[in-house]
Amino acid sequence: MIRTAWLVLKKDLTVEVRSLEIAYTTLFFAVSCVLFFAFALVKEGKAPEDGAAGILWIAIAFGGTLALGRTFERERQSETLRALLMAPAARPAIYVGKLLGIVALLVAAEIILVPLVAFLFQAPLLSHPFWLGAVLLSGTIGFATVGTLFSAMLVRARSRDVLLPVLLYPITVPVIIAGVRATAALLQPDVELALVRFWVALLVALDVVFVTLALWTFEPLMTD
Amino acid sequence: MIPLDFEDLTVEDVSRHFGRRRALSRISFQTPKRSILGLLGPNGAGKSTMLAVLATLMRPSSGAVRYGTHTAGASGAALRSRIGILGHDLFLYPELTARENLAFFAGLYGAQKPRAAADAALQRSGLADRADDPVASFSRGMRQRVALERALIHGPRLVLLDEPFTGLDDASTAALVARLQALRESDAIVVLATHDLDLAEGLLDTAVFLRDGRIAETVARPDALRSTYRTIMRRTT
Repeated sequence: MIRTAWLVLKKDLTVEVRSLEIAYTTLFFAVSCVLFFAFALVKEGKAPEDGAAGILWIAIAFGGTLALGRTFERERQSETLRALLMAPAARPAIYVGKLLGIVALLVAAEIILVPLVAFLFQAPLLSHPFWLGAVLLSGTIGFATVGTLFSAMLVRARSRDVLLPVLLYPITVPVIIAGVRATAALLQPDVELALVRFWVALLVALDVVFVTLALWTFEPLMTD
Repeated sequence: MIPLDFEDLTVEDVSRHFGRRRALSRISFQTPKRSILGLLGPNGAGKSTMLAVLATLMRPSSGAVRYGTHTAGASGAALRSRIGILGHDLFLYPELTARENLAFFAGLYGAQKPRAAADAALQRSGLADRADDPVASFSRGMRQRVALERALIHGPRLVLLDEPFTGLDDASTAALVARLQALRESDAIVVLATHDLDLAEGLLDTAVFLRDGRIAETVARPDALRSTYRTIMRRTT
């Protein structure tokens, strides 16, 4: 299973490095989002309290949705999804490979977004890098887990571009809220680490639930 | 996972519906190893659907497909490891090179040395000198040759080919025909869906003529395919 997931991940990253299609669109959209909010909300160098946390997660969620929409669409265009499903590998391993590819891409986008948001909103986002990393990683995994499953599920649907956010956002609301609250907690002058730990624990718990459900349902969803 | 093996393929009363549309209706045939079976018929006859069912990509609405004594439902991944399919779509990543495509699929099928398997496949296809070029830069015929190697890279027992002659020039067509005959000699079961009767002439051990999702006729050791086809299709109109 690990070998298959690694093969799929390596293949997805190679394709992405060659085309940069998902990376460019995701980053362009996410950075535009941050810039628009910065111009709208930051007055005389002062941003609304906790605004940076919200904007960061909005950019991740919106940019991530674009990336999720493309990940299986690419397999559909070349009909390689059928070839993947024909392989004797465990089908959940294909899902894991795809998920890791999306997580890697979103983490790369976050590496650019975090300093940008910190700069434009004058937010001390990087004062607790370990905890910020934990919040972003656990939140990204939760969001991408549900998104990758729905993206696979909708690959044959004609209106998949519309349906993906409609299905994805209601289910991932707890992840986004926990991510925003945890990030906001990190922006306080006196950071209450117990509160951050609570939100991270909640995010990890959601990740476990979502990953388990996704691994369980991927194979039946992909058959036929 | 232990790959299983089988010596014949049996299709028993298989039907497949898409909503109210009937793509296959009560199809039955059997073919042993060391044989090439042709699914022949006009567009929309159900050839590709039949191949998808045989490839375990689609479940029949009723009836069963037996791979020796095994069924798709019970054997899953172990069975898929013995099936190779070349579809109408080529199942290749255009951004990857020919070698990367073949090595990726060899790895998925559990090859211990995927790169060596890919290199051997490239030699067989005569594309070794283009191994590091992206597939997107290949002509349709060259892609078809890479796709055939992808389908055969794991040495499948059951080889499913959907219109494999599409886009091939005369030399590549002759090479493919020779390859199919070699597959037959190596104990494979080859199922070939085509409406190119001239190329299938003399190649098939059994011809299953399909029309509107039904078997119009099954002919063993068919000859004069074109006139047989015309006669059968005229009769069933």
